[in-house]
Amino acid sequence: MVKNKGTTPLAFDEMMNADSSPRQPYSTYHEWYASQDRNRLIAKSKEAENIFRKTGITFAVYGHADSSEKLIPFDLIPRIISGREWRKLAQGIEQRVIALNAFLDDIYHKQEIIRAGRVPRELIEKNVAFLPQMIGFRPPGGVYTHIVGTDIVRTGEDQFYVLEDNARTPSGVSYMLENRETMMQMFPELFHQNRVRPVENYPNLLRQSLASLAPPGCSGKPRVAVLTPGIYNSAYYEHAFLADMMGVELVEGSDLRVIDGKVKMRTTRGYEAIDVLYRRVDDDFLDPLTFRPDSALGIPGIMDVYRAGNITIANAPGTGISDDKAIYSYMPEIVEFYTGRKPLLENVPTWRCSEPQSLKYVLEHLEELVVKEVHGSGGYGMLVGPTASKKERAVFAEKLKARPTNYIAQPTLSLSTVPILVNKGIAPRHVDLRPYVLVSDKVQIIPGGLTRVALKAGSLVVNSSQGGGTKDTWVLED
Amino acid sequence: MLGRTANGLYWMFRYIERAENSARLIDAGLRMALTRSEATEGDWDGVLQSAGVRELYDEVHETLTSIDAIDFLLRDRANPSSVMSCIEAGRHNARMVRTALTRETWEATNECYLEMKAVLSKKARPTDMPEIIDTIKRRAGLIRGAFHGTMLRNEIFNFSRIGTFIERADNTARILDVKYYVLLPAVAAVGSSMDNVQWESILRSVSAHRAYGWVYDAELRPANIADFLISNGRMPRSLAYCYEKIASNLGYLEREYGERHAAHDTADRTLASLRSQSIKDIMDEGLHEYLEDFISHNNRLGQEISDGYRFN
Repeated sequence: MVKNKGTTPLAFDEMMNADSSPRQPYSTYHEWYASQDRNRLIAKSKEAENIFRKTGITFAVYGHADSSEKLIPFDLIPRIISGREWRKLAQGIEQRVIALNAFLDDIYHKQEIIRAGRVPRELIEKNVAFLPQMIGFRPPGGVYTHIVGTDIVRTGEDQFYVLEDNARTPSGVSYMLENRETMMQMFPELFHQNRVRPVENYPNLLRQSLASLAPPGCSGKPRVAVLTPGIYNSAYYEHAFLADMMGVELVEGSDLRVIDGKVKMRTTRGYEAIDVLYRRVDDDFLDPLTFRPDSALGIPGIMDVYRAGNITIANAPGTGISDDKAIYSYMPEIVEFYTGRKPLLENVPTWRCSEPQSLKYVLEHLEELVVKEVHGSGGYGMLVGPTASKKERAVFAEKLKARPTNYIAQPTLSLSTVPILVNKGIAPRHVDLRPYVLVSDKVQIIPGGLTRVALKAGSLVVNSSQGGGTKDTWVLED
Repeated sequence: MLGRTANGLYWMFRYIERAENSARLIDAGLRMALTRSEATEGDWDGVLQSAGVRELYDEVHETLTSIDAIDFLLRDRANPSSVMSCIEAGRHNARMVRTALTRETWEATNECYLEMKAVLSKKARPTDMPEIIDTIKRRAGLIRGAFHGTMLRNEIFNFSRIGTFIERADNTARILDVKYYVLLPAVAAVGSSMDNVQWESILRSVSAHRAYGWVYDAELRPANIADFLISNGRMPRSLAYCYEKIASNLGYLEREYGERHAAHDTADRTLASLRSQSIKDIMDEGLHEYLEDFISHNNRLGQEISDGYRFN
């Protein structure tokens, strides 16, 4: 008998109906779960942790003493999405990603959306993520966002919202792959009973997708490499994992040099050219000659090579302008402007604190809103109104008044829940979803993604840096 | 392959080799302590010297005690050659070159680190020592097994092997050099039981006390010990064996890359002299001078390999 304990009253649970029957996508899984011995599952849970630890699937938490490598907790109850639900999501995501690329091409060329008065000029041109160096330059194949991780939240049976478009260097895909691998190792029988769509070919698709966008100056078979900031970066494991799975070199800035108009890497046989660079280094650090002169992570002169058409950089520099939180609030207009259709997926209603009316509203309703920094990420520098103390809200209100343009606010959504395994059985916890999208001459959405789960009862913060965990995400064939 | 990756592999295997060597030295030291009745601080002096950390020890400790010496060799982060420092550095390099390792090799290295970190989290009690030494040897053996059983015999394998044998040759030469005086003919003539203990400890430091008996007389003779550790091509820790391996791995790289570097000439020259020189010649000309020379050539070879294959 499965019971939900401590359910947040208004949250939509994806596994259980209010009458304690399982929702349809979970029916086969639920039957299996009910037949399981709890102690076995708890033992399996420990086994999973051991697998992750010995494989070294870790991430670094900045500023955390004595634990430079942490495990992201893995919960072994899968998050299950029906084929019907997925098709709806996938169409919406595809529409959005196409719009993002069209938007980027437009603002770095004709700027029609600005001239049409749909997005304010200063929001683009005064934005630090807008790179003047990209004006008038079209990346190979016209693709700006080769890899996108669209963050989605759910609040009801048919209510999905896009929370963020991660169009720079979305991370977490290695967890999607390792979570699936671990589940298949531990519970092979579940994959016989449920028709789960595969995610394992992601590295292959990624390599093909990147190689298909080789620059005009590439002759012969395109050579792909992954650029990492290095072993101390929080996502180093993922960089190494992806390079390994794709069978390409994992390079650091110090391995690379511009020679004869090409970016080349120092190998044991001498310098060899790279055609496509999947960089996991931020724009600022990419080229000390063009951007931050103190960057030791980048390659001096790579932007010149890029503009001369001798290397593809994925994602393109300057894509950050499209996933900026201030731009986010304009996404419905952006989607409609470029696709000619209403957005299939909704935006979370967003107040721009830069607008006096909105700021006033936000300050008056702080206890019910989530306030985010426009340029922040990873759950840092945000205020979750309902769970913050009076004092925290007062301190934040001062920050808001001092720099209103730096903030946006959104209602606290009642995120859907999926149960996690706890000592006494299962208990519902809030989740979000990050599917991964590859863009080349086509848009490919991997059926699955990374489900992040807030492990603390009632918590809405799913970020791994703030105590969140992950789940395997199943998209069913139906 | 990236030059940085070759460098990482080379050092990963140097550090793992050194970790095992430090453990073996502690083992030999403990063994010597067991075979005597009086205080044994003097023996630890020799062990610290063999590990090349005698001066460093004095910077950290005021007096020499067996407890402190063991801790220094086992887990002190201030000692870059301590077992824990080496395992950490080896694993750090392994993380850097992860894409070049099989899953089995990486996991064996990572698990070695995780277990040793737990085992060595606090000062070891003397009664725990045999078990700790055993764990280190077993863990290092598992890395070696995973490596040999799963790695493709390509350039990755070659750079790893070169790192292993440069380090091992250095270790064996140092062990011999620290104890060279007990091997001198004049001392050998005395043949006291004290020297027997010293000789045995040399063999134990290279895990060869059993093998010695298979090759030579059961009785320990200084010239035979030196021959075993320098010239015997079948003894896996001898200088000759190490250089057979270094030269052959460099040879694979030469054929694959179609390129020969200064390192090839140095390695071939050293190997040729190891093959041709008799132990009598070496002892006559001065064992200490010979070993000093060898250690400096070995270091130079490391530098030439780094230059030739663009490690940095």
